[in-house]
Order: sequence, then C-alpha cells, then structure tokens
Amino acid sequence: MAIWLNKDSKVIVQGMTGATGMKHTKLMLGDGTNVVGGVNPRKAGQTVDFDGTEVPVFGTVKEAIEKTGADVSVIFVPEKFTKDAVVEAIDAEIPLAVVITEGIAVHDSASFWAHAGKKGNKTRIIGPNCPGIITPGQSNVGIIPGDITKPGRIGLVSKSGTLTYQMMYELRDIGFSTAVGIGGDPIIGTTHIDALAAFQEDPETELIVMIGEIGGDAEERAAAFIKENVTKPVVGYVAGFTAPEGKTMGHAGAIVSGSSGTAQAKKEALEAAGVKVGKTPTETAKLAREILGA
Amino acid sequence: MDLFEYQARDLFAKHDVPVLAGEVIDTPEAAREITERLGGKSVVKAQVKVGGRGKAGGVKLAASADEAVARATDILGMDIKGHTVHKVMIAETAPEIVEEYYVSFLLDRANRTFLSIASVEGGVEIEEVAATRPEAVAKTPIDAIDGVTPEKAREIVAAAKFPAEVADQVANVLVKLWDTFIKEDALLVEVNPLAKVASGDVIALDGKVSLDDNAEFRHPDFEALHDKAAANPLEAAAKEKNLNYVKLDGEVGIIGNGAGLVMSTLDVVAYAGENHGGVKPANFLDIGGGASAQVMANGLEIILGDPDVKSVFVNVFGGITACDEVANGIVQALKLLEDRGEKVEKPLVVRLDGNNAELGRKILTDANHPLVQRVDTMDGAAAKAAELAAAK
Repeated sequence: MAIWLNKDSKVIVQGMTGATGMKHTKLMLGDGTNVVGGVNPRKAGQTVDFDGTEVPVFGTVKEAIEKTGADVSVIFVPEKFTKDAVVEAIDAEIPLAVVITEGIAVHDSASFWAHAGKKGNKTRIIGPNCPGIITPGQSNVGIIPGDITKPGRIGLVSKSGTLTYQMMYELRDIGFSTAVGIGGDPIIGTTHIDALAAFQEDPETELIVMIGEIGGDAEERAAAFIKENVTKPVVGYVAGFTAPEGKTMGHAGAIVSGSSGTAQAKKEALEAAGVKVGKTPTETAKLAREILGA
Repeated sequence: MDLFEYQARDLFAKHDVPVLAGEVIDTPEAAREITERLGGKSVVKAQVKVGGRGKAGGVKLAASADEAVARATDILGMDIKGHTVHKVMIAETAPEIVEEYYVSFLLDRANRTFLSIASVEGGVEIEEVAATRPEAVAKTPIDAIDGVTPEKAREIVAAAKFPAEVADQVANVLVKLWDTFIKEDALLVEVNPLAKVASGDVIALDGKVSLDDNAEFRHPDFEALHDKAAANPLEAAAKEKNLNYVKLDGEVGIIGNGAGLVMSTLDVVAYAGENHGGVKPANFLDIGGGASAQVMANGLEIILGDPDVKSVFVNVFGGITACDEVANGIVQALKLLEDRGEKVEKPLVVRLDGNNAELGRKILTDANHPLVQRVDTMDGAAAKAAELAAAK
C-alpha cells in the first residue's frame, strides 16, 4: 500500500540531463525506481545511459506521459525555471509532481499553487525545497538515501530533509511504509495535514512520526486536524526551540516572528491533540518504539 | 530582507504610491541643504528596523535648516532598543493629518496565497487593533495570479469600510501598492499610517517592506539594499563564502548539514548545556550537502574565528554525502588552517552517522588529531561539546 508512491509508479525527471538530475536519476534507478523518461526540450529524442539502463528524453511532460504513461514527475530544474516546469507538469495533469529545487522565490511558489487550483488540483505537488518521497523497497523519488531503512509500519512526514534521514536511521530496524519530506518553505504544496490524512487511511501504516520546525502555524493546524481525524498514534518532533526571534534558520520559512511560529507553541498544540512530542530526535524515536512495543 | 523606511519610501515612489519627499543621510551637516530645498523645515527620522522609534525620541521636527542639523546630530548614533542609528531620513513635513488608515499585502502561509489587510483605524499597531477590535480589520484573500485589479481594490475598500470621499484614492493606492508587492518580489508591503491630510489627499506617511532573498536572481538591485553596517562581522564573512551562518550568543560552535538537523543540534546542545554551566550554541551553520574539505575549512575558519566559541560540535548525518568524505574534509580542513599558520586550539567533537559512517569514524581515529574527539550519538556528542565548553 504505502501512500502516493509504489512499485508501479512511473517516474519522469524534469531536468534529468543537468548535473543534479543525472546524479539523482542514477541513484533513484539504483533504488528500483521505475524511471521511464526525462524531459528537456533541447535534448528531445536522445537517450541517456545509466549503467546500462537507457532512459529516453522527451521534449515536454505531455509527450512523456503520452509515450510512457508516467504518473509522477520529479523536478530538478534550476530555481529560475522551476515555476515554468511545475506549471508544465500541472498543465499535463500529472498526478504527482515532486519539486526538489531549493531557493525558489515565494511569488513563484504562490503562482504555481494558484495555477494548480485553477486547473482543478489534479496534480499533487510535494515541495518545493524538499528531499522528496520514498516508499522503501518499492520506489524512491527525490534525494532521500534509499539504503537507510527498509519497508515497515511507520509513516513519516517532515519539513526537514536531514531530520527525515536522522529519524529513518533511528527507527531503521522497524522500517517505514512511506516517508515524505514536504519542505520548509513558506509556501508548500503538500502539507503535514495531507500526509496525516493519507497515513490514517493507509492500512500498512501503524504509527505516524511528524517532524516540524519553527515558522508559520502548519504544526498547530496539523494538531487540530489530528485531534479530529487521526486515530492512529502520532509522535512528533519540533526543531528550533532555541532559535532567536527574527533570524531565519536556513529554511526560508523557518523564522520566529513575535509570538508566532515558536517551537514551544507548536509542541503545546501537538501535545494538546494527544501527540507525544520528543525533546530530541533520539527521544522521539524512543517514544515511537514504546508505542509500537518494538 | 527587511528594509529601512527610506528604502520602502523609495520603492513606493518608484511604483507611484503617493509619498512625501525624503532623503537619507549619514552625516548631520547634510540635513541643511535638504531642509532648505524642502522649504526650510523638515522631519528628522531615525532609520532603524524596530518599532517605537517615535517614543524613543528618534523622530523630531525641525523648523529651520540649523535645527535640522542639530536634530540629526542628536539622533545619529542614538541607541533605539539595541539598534544604533546610522542613518536619518530628512523628510518633508506632513500636512495636517485628518485621518489615519492601515493597508498591507502579505503572504498567507496557511492558505498558500496572498492576503490584504486593511483598516480605517491606522496609525497604531495593527496587531493591537486586530486583538481589541477585530471587526475594524478587513482581511481579503488575493489570488496570486489574478492579483489586485481596480475591482479587487474596491472590494478591499468596501470590506474595510473606507469613507466614500477617499474610496477612489485608497483603491488607487492599493493597486499601486500591489504593483510594488509583485514587481519587487516582496513578502510584505505595509503602509501605516496611510493618511488623509487637510487637502483631502491620501498619502503613505510610513511603511514597511520585506523582500524575498530567494528572488535576488531577478533583482540585481537587491544587493545594494543589504544593510552592511548592521551585519555581524562573522555573518558578513560567512556570507562572502556562501555559508548559511547565523551568529548566536553562546559558547559551543556548531557545524552541521541540513537546516533542520542544525536547528535540532542547537536545541540538543542547549539542553546539554543545562547540565554544564548553562553553555549555549554560539551559531547556526549549515554546510549543506556534499561538504568538501574546502567548505568544511571555510566553516571551521569562521567558527574558530569567533572569540566566544570554546568548543566546536560537528554534527553530520550522511545522506547523499558520505561520512568518509566529511571525515577527510575535517582532517584536511584542520591541516589547511594549520598550514596557513592559524593556531587551532579549540576542541572539536565530531559525530558522524549514516552513509559510510564506519569509514568516516575510522578516518578520524586514524588521523588521531589531538583536538578531535569522536562521539557516535547526537545527544552524547552534544553533552561532550557542552562539557568541554564549560570547562574552558
């Protein structure tokens, strides 16, 4: 089962022929991902060899879908061109677009999100500025290392890439149904709430780990959602308790402004919704273990 | 990037939002010529990125050019809530104010779009109005693609119940302000107060603008807006080397990969510090993926150059980055700094986990550098780094 991504997913790579796209397409193929094509109008018709796997390059997302039946696109194009790439994916009505590129202007993200809405939200967008999504043992889309953990019964949703890896590592012996990095930008496509809802419905997921960080009120809204809709156990972690006000901590969205966006407020909201919140990643993993009896 | 008032004023003027004349200066004598040009009187306004400057004595009327120079002398160098005044704006004196309003456009993270906030009760903190009289604050969602058309602007004006005699003018200001918001890639444009003056005209008397640093690629002019005077010297040096660094006020230097992990590292070190004399993290430094020896050396150089730092914690989870490369990076970085004649005396605690962690740990063990200690868990390494900092 898992969520949003499985062994049958057919993946195309927008920006496959760039350095980052090449590197990660190779890694994704190595993890068993069914990469069926790349998109680059200037290299359409060519094929790229990845250790013996020939991957065709198409001129447009639309053409790639028509020729391959692709249902997932992962976007590695540089930040200046990302908006156009996402809009193209939306117009081609691909069901899932995973936007890895970081450093995207907020107006561009707002614009492609509005465009998706006008087109009837037929495309689920994950990211931007995210590590992607992995269903261990089946498919890996993005830059999450494929060999940290194995298939299992924990669902993970996280704003942060490296904390995703850290948590997958801490709980590697139990394994994960799906882990999804949603990114730490001020405007993102898929939210904690979307992932929580999907994990709640996924029979293979027994427990959900949710990682948040300072900035915005996504965690507070997720807490309200959990209270009303999630019956599976949820364990949480929030990074940035010691972050000072007004300083952006790496992610464009990770900033405490006044009383809003603090880690303490997020922790309290989650705990009020029955979520067990760890003080450190290690303690969070321990809480998950206790609940699963593993 | 938050702008100074004068920078906001200039951007408003560029996009035809009605503003008063004003120029920024950093020496008192320059106030004379500007005040003379403004008809012999002016307002001297401290340029600081903090509210409440009026109450702190940072805004003064000057009835003559001499007086403007005197007021500028008083205000330049003044400390307002921890911010030193390096610049003052010499502005045209406002005509008699009849009413004060509030308008802004900002990012609505929850709805992944933009939002207009408008109120006829301006001139005070909008948060206060929102808390005490929420019905006086009109919030209108703005579609990121459709934007603020004259029609949308009239909708905002109606929602906020602006008086009929200023409705057209306010709607016009809203369209121009939206232009500023969109064309400058702003995260916030705020006018407070938007004043109706005795003549009946509506003018933006004070404003705030925050720009999106990620949009700098299409705004070469952003570079000139950076406040170089305020930047901490270590932050400025880090920026030059493209390092994602924020100076904090503790004693444990932090290097890690990935924003979330580094943020988490700061927390874990602060918790550990509670058992070790209250030491805290000295900085945020994310070296990102693929930490080469050079990047590691650059990072270490910044952190070791911070006199507040007593110990250093390198916390890396090897994702795509392999830990053996990171370990080599640390060893080479220390050698690079020592070869350069820099004396490295602060202890380093290194935690490597993930991809090729065993290889990385072995490289550190084999290198046997007297200042480097390996601790293989994040919490354990944080405790060790805090202990070393407290012992210094």
